[in-house]
Amino acid sequence: MEGSGTSTDGPEISEQTAWMIAVRDNRDRAAFSVLFDFFAPRLKGFVIRAGSSSEQAEEIVQDVMLTVWRKAASFDPHRAQVSAWIYQIARNRHIDIIRKERRPLPDELETQAEAEPDSSQIIAIEQESTRLKTALGRLSAEQREMIEKAYLGELTHREISDQTGLPLGTIKSRIRLGLDRLRHELQGLR
Amino acid sequence: MMSAITHHTPDEMLAAYAAGTLPHVFAVVVASHVSICVDCRAALGAHQAVGGAILEGAGKVAVSGGLKANVLASLDARHTPEPVFRRSGIYPGPVMSALNGRQPRWRKLGMGVRQDILSTGNDGSVRLLYIPPGQAVPDHGHNGLELTLVLQGSFSDETGRFGVGDMEIADEELDHTPVADAGDPCICLAATDAPIRFRAFVPRLLQPLFRI
Repeated sequence: MEGSGTSTDGPEISEQTAWMIAVRDNRDRAAFSVLFDFFAPRLKGFVIRAGSSSEQAEEIVQDVMLTVWRKAASFDPHRAQVSAWIYQIARNRHIDIIRKERRPLPDELETQAEAEPDSSQIIAIEQESTRLKTALGRLSAEQREMIEKAYLGELTHREISDQTGLPLGTIKSRIRLGLDRLRHELQGLR
Repeated sequence: MMSAITHHTPDEMLAAYAAGTLPHVFAVVVASHVSICVDCRAALGAHQAVGGAILEGAGKVAVSGGLKANVLASLDARHTPEPVFRRSGIYPGPVMSALNGRQPRWRKLGMGVRQDILSTGNDGSVRLLYIPPGQAVPDHGHNGLELTLVLQGSFSDETGRFGVGDMEIADEELDHTPVADAGDPCICLAATDAPIRFRAFVPRLLQPLFRI
């Protein structure tokens, strides 16, 4: 159940993505339940690292997972992996709860209703994500720590800017490769 | 549309926006820019992917026994979603949200320049500025960082020309005089994390009255 998909012949859509699509399209509680089992302990670990008490972390995990259920309609696997989508929800909810302010969010793109899922595009996004994880895994302990701090919300933009020489630069080249595809996909929606 | 955007949100600012560490007033501008800039939307997606990879690799901490049952029991609970403010005319969703859905209420600053302060507080201020064609935004320096996003028309200053969707980043170093170009009045969304020092038509002593 660690979400890497069963590959018999060629890549398939990952379990996580399949679960999330089932939640979105069929309001599938069993799929939501396995998604919860996968993400809730990771979210709790993540939120505690970002500075929350265990009790507050549980409040945020609950809030995030409920938001995943309620906002499932805006999940689009052609543009984001499940973990990326949940990451942003987690940061948003964490900040809304701690700072008690409404975080400004970009306009949502219109999703192509009724459009057939393009599994090659979904798989391409997932493969970028896998390569990104590999690239992160190759960083030194200090570099990885710095990246984690930035994305856990422990560094300001100025501090991130000061640190770009090292880790951000390393993963940036990795990110760039995924960007062109994403940009192409977004331009098609305008 | 808008493919001519040439001044973008810097990468570290997008990372900070994704992580939620950007001060609120800057987050309003970045969210507005991402709303109209395909490149920066894609770049933000890349940062979210990094965040997702870190989340997946995060150490697991067991949740307490009742949490899952609580969540599952709440799935059908009645829930009133937060209001979503959509783009209206030239104003992207994050601006409409800061306006609470209303249209701007312009206040005169002099020389035809008008403003509507969307929010002001300890972490700075964010406002809409209306500048008639040919008019200069008075010569000003900054104590901190200033982000300016063009929503209508264009302006030019010592560093270049900024059209619809372009974002200018100015810091203490930059002493600039933006002038609205000919054509439509220039309407910008501008945020600062410190009071701006206008030198020309608003004497420093009056600044607290105008909250600039």
